[in-house]
Amino acid sequence: MKLWKSWVIARKDFATFRTKRYVIYSLVVTPLLISIGLPSLIWLGIGSAPIPPSQLPAIISGLNDVFNAFSFLFVLIAGILPISIGTYSIVGEKLEKTLEPLLATPTTDGEILLGKVIAAFLPSVIATYAGAVIFMVLMDAVTSTKLGYVYFPNWTVAVILLITVPLISILSTEFNVIISARVSDVRAAQQFGALIVLPLVAIYIATETAFVSLTPANLLIISAIIVVIDALLFSLSRATFRREEILTKWR
Amino acid sequence: MAVEDLTLRVDEGEVFGFLGPNGAGKTTTVRMLACLISKTSGEARIGEYEIGNDADAQKIRKIIGLVPDNVGLYEDLSAYRNLDFYGRPYECTEAQREERIEHFLKMLGLWEVRGRAVRTFSKGMKQKLAIVRALIHDPQILFLDEPTANLDPEFQKTVRDFILELKHEKRTIFLNTHNLDEAQRICDRIGILNTKLVAEGTPEQLMESLEGRKTEVQLQQVTPAVTGAVERLGLRYVVSSGNRLVIDVSDPEKENPGIMEAIVAAGGLIQFITEKHATLEEVYLKLVRDEQ
Repeated sequence: MKLWKSWVIARKDFATFRTKRYVIYSLVVTPLLISIGLPSLIWLGIGSAPIPPSQLPAIISGLNDVFNAFSFLFVLIAGILPISIGTYSIVGEKLEKTLEPLLATPTTDGEILLGKVIAAFLPSVIATYAGAVIFMVLMDAVTSTKLGYVYFPNWTVAVILLITVPLISILSTEFNVIISARVSDVRAAQQFGALIVLPLVAIYIATETAFVSLTPANLLIISAIIVVIDALLFSLSRATFRREEILTKWR
Repeated sequence: MAVEDLTLRVDEGEVFGFLGPNGAGKTTTVRMLACLISKTSGEARIGEYEIGNDADAQKIRKIIGLVPDNVGLYEDLSAYRNLDFYGRPYECTEAQREERIEHFLKMLGLWEVRGRAVRTFSKGMKQKLAIVRALIHDPQILFLDEPTANLDPEFQKTVRDFILELKHEKRTIFLNTHNLDEAQRICDRIGILNTKLVAEGTPEQLMESLEGRKTEVQLQQVTPAVTGAVERLGLRYVVSSGNRLVIDVSDPEKENPGIMEAIVAAGGLIQFITEKHATLEEVYLKLVRDEQ
């Protein structure tokens, strides 16, 4: 497999997506809502009113859990953002009739699929990181004077952003590329593709109900599991990519 | 079965036309030869490479160019960007891509609009661009699937002239078409497909195959003396439009001088003499209908 060919396909997709407004909106709006909305909520809750010194330790302890849960929302975002690009990747090429000439080039299924994964993964992760940076800066601005220290960055968010987020993004991307190669309609692809969010929401609920504690160690364990799923999904995507079926049976 | 009992050979530098009704298997054949779909049985080769052999598939794709029945261009990208993208997987250098894009776009009158998004192009411009895309890696073998379909006559002519240019460059061209006139003008040989190969040959051979060769003689007047002279030569004839004799011949180059001599000797006044044969359209319709 020649990685540069995947990069060529990914670069073409980047150029194509730049012209599609709904992709730009989906990449910008969700991270921005979270990164501005959550600090605004905290500011409304604690930023505007003085806190009695006696209540401060309890509030700080509660905020730790809330902040970790907020941080984990970026894992959810990393799972959601690739849906629009990933689901469009193969079915979009088919609908625009560009798949046949692409398949006629000397590129392998693996190179095409990896290119599609890169094309959905990179913008999603970059948008997630941008949202996370804005989130952390605003949260620190809102809370540092009350807490007496700067909460972000910390080890938990570092593991989330540097390890869990990219892995979840790859997982979501691969899942959606597989869906895109199996259905013949963009809407159906998006509906099936959105199923990827369910396990992530389950993990989020588990953290909120203290069933799973978001410590760096637990996050590393979750990430290790995701690495295995990522590898399995890529193998599955290659095994289930049926170029003949896509060319002859999709209408 | 989309295609069966298909045996044919296309030689290097030849333009082979593939005619057939919708659903005859023309596109399926091209897709099989371009290694896009696999054959269920049989053998096929492109040069030294075997179709159906996974190791050869990438090599075959490198040496062929394909213009599919749907142009399939990235509508939001510019013409130049489309071509540049397609040149890369073939491992063309940047200089090669630049040179070929400029050469072909100038040749087809698209150089000035190279920076425009393809979605702003007319159908004919897109078709030209799709042909250039197939040439970006300078393939010696081209598969063209209905390259002039749905184009206005002017664009059809431009595309046809361009294909003729490619023919002069000694490229091997496999042309799927519904356009019988186009096939007759461009192709060295033609195959008529209707899931099976119904007929194959040069356009002339196919046209002769329907009714044999005929010589049409237009006279001032067809008299009994003239028809008697033709009968004495042992030739069959029919009188058409009152003053034309359509005579069955097997070797007109040899037989026509004798026929002319006999008619003149019988007092016939010859105005014109032409070779008459069935049109490719007549041959095509007969063969396809017979098959159905």
